[in-house]
Amino acid sequence: MKEIMTEYYIEAKSPKEQTGKKIAWITSGGPVEPLIAMDAIPVYPENYGAMIGASKMGVDLCEKAESMGYASDLCSYARADIASAVINGGPIGGLPEPDMLICCNNICGTVLKWYEVQARYYNVPLFILDTPLCHTEYSPEIKNYVEAQVMEYIKFLEEVCGKKFDYDRMEEVGSLSVRGQELWQAVLDTTMNRPAPMTCFDAFFHLALIVTLRGTQTVVDYYEMLLAEMNQRVKDGISMVPDEKYRLLWDNLPIWYKTRWMSDKFAEHGACLVADTYTSGWCSALKYMNTDDFLGSLAEGYTRIFLNCGTDQMAENIMALAEKYSADGLVIHSNRSCKPYSLGQYDIQKIVQKKMNIPTLIIEADMVDERNFSESQIETRIDAFIEMLK
Amino acid sequence: MITVGVDVGSISAKAALIKDNSIIASRVILTGYNAKNAGEQVFEGVLADAGVQSSEVDAIIATGYGRNSVTFADKAITEITCHAAGAHFLSPGVRSIIDIGGQDSKAIVVDETGRVLDFAMNDKCAAGTGRFLEVMARALEVDLDAFGNMSLEADKAASISSLCTVFAESEVISLISKGERRRNIIAGIHESIASRVVAMGNRIGLTEPVMMTGGVAKNIGVVRALEKKINTSISVSENAQITGAIGAGLIARDRARNN
Repeated sequence: MKEIMTEYYIEAKSPKEQTGKKIAWITSGGPVEPLIAMDAIPVYPENYGAMIGASKMGVDLCEKAESMGYASDLCSYARADIASAVINGGPIGGLPEPDMLICCNNICGTVLKWYEVQARYYNVPLFILDTPLCHTEYSPEIKNYVEAQVMEYIKFLEEVCGKKFDYDRMEEVGSLSVRGQELWQAVLDTTMNRPAPMTCFDAFFHLALIVTLRGTQTVVDYYEMLLAEMNQRVKDGISMVPDEKYRLLWDNLPIWYKTRWMSDKFAEHGACLVADTYTSGWCSALKYMNTDDFLGSLAEGYTRIFLNCGTDQMAENIMALAEKYSADGLVIHSNRSCKPYSLGQYDIQKIVQKKMNIPTLIIEADMVDERNFSESQIETRIDAFIEMLK
Repeated sequence: MITVGVDVGSISAKAALIKDNSIIASRVILTGYNAKNAGEQVFEGVLADAGVQSSEVDAIIATGYGRNSVTFADKAITEITCHAAGAHFLSPGVRSIIDIGGQDSKAIVVDETGRVLDFAMNDKCAAGTGRFLEVMARALEVDLDAFGNMSLEADKAASISSLCTVFAESEVISLISKGERRRNIIAGIHESIASRVVAMGNRIGLTEPVMMTGGVAKNIGVVRALEKKINTSISVSENAQITGAIGAGLIARDRARNN
């Protein structure tokens, strides 16, 4: 994993005359496959945000953004990314400068302004794919609206890359993408076993590839290897949490600067976080994707992701996961940064408690900005929650 | 069987010595700078009060924010579980507990055995806690012990709208400068605490009968303000402040029995 990611960033950061490839910054939920078909290198500021969080550089960068005038209520990924662009710093010495920006608002509305800011800063073209929220359904109007934009997206890529779009190559990339997602789903599903061979903290780590390199053979090879390893662990009865007593479900993004602490904290109680809504998100739209007509199904697949739906649907998703992975409880991260993901959590909590009668815990924190994490308060909540499960 | 519960909170450290089914002795001291020392001191104090040697103690459970610094305890258990156990012991019918301590406030719902069914706690903010009251007492130059009775004499509670302790303090100072009567300001402070805590309690659904525990339960003004908001009476034990320590001692007893 480390080698793959290092190689990826080395290529992305190589002089463009050398690689001859365009760099495209893209949102985590954006349709990356057409970029790969065009031989551009996708770069993810959100993945970079996670790196910033995990390397505990979040507070410095957030403070820098605040001193530039951005509100402390703004998403910490956005703050950290905007600040690191200006100082040319952060992990791996900053991201490679983009030739274009691809912004899809299926994950949140903040990305619109964030990408506009960066488009102005780098003076590069920005493409916005607007995916209306599917409260209950994917209406014909939404379908037509998004499908028309997919065509515009291709035109945009042809202009920026200065070459024709290769539709055959697109279908190859599309099948690799679907294959990658299927394998990722299979990896996650190994935790249906008792004891689970991995936890969601492992998933947070292995997720990087399906986010950044989906649509490539590298991802398929890596997850095939990982799946084989997990299946072997299941066969050998190896559990990730020694003495697995409780199986819990995690909702929302990881708390990147505290993953180790959280993982140890839960493991100490024999609690295994068997699944989460976040890493499952990268295979949540599989059911809408068509391998035989990838480009044709792209609009629906990218519009109907787990974050771009109503609260009822989100609650349904959580309950389906709890059922599938036999969860004894639900841990909800109320993430100060991620509003669309955290909005409705109290309602979701009520729905889950009422329909499934499993205990739930809400932890208030932030994915990158450590100033919003109070260790002793969170420790007490987790300890008390586990005492309640006993 | 003799067991001790040690509850090291952010402001005060409490200990209760339990013999079989009775509270033999209890102590409350200020936690101060060193939580570890406070735990030891309050433990030794309660042993002295009961005339018991430490070798006679069968089990010790620590609770509260400083629970992990009480190294001589057999186990640390959160104050949520301990307050539930303590409240159930003091009044077996209780179904909901509002606990307001030094740095946090909680609402706990329990079943008929005192087991926690659900809980909610204040977020990373001191408003609605004992510390909040201390800050206000200082701003008003009133002894905190007098707060409760003074607020009952208010003719009209002043409105305190800020959710932040620091801003609420500025609000109080501006009320003072406007000539608002102290007792009305104090009543307003109590109402603002009650609003916050009840909003939190409603999240988990407070069920009657309700008991209040923690140091702030000694403040009759807060209790009355809470009662008004939830429209039911709230019982307060004379042992309200040591409920967590009692619960810890009882859990220590049950664990020792089962071993």
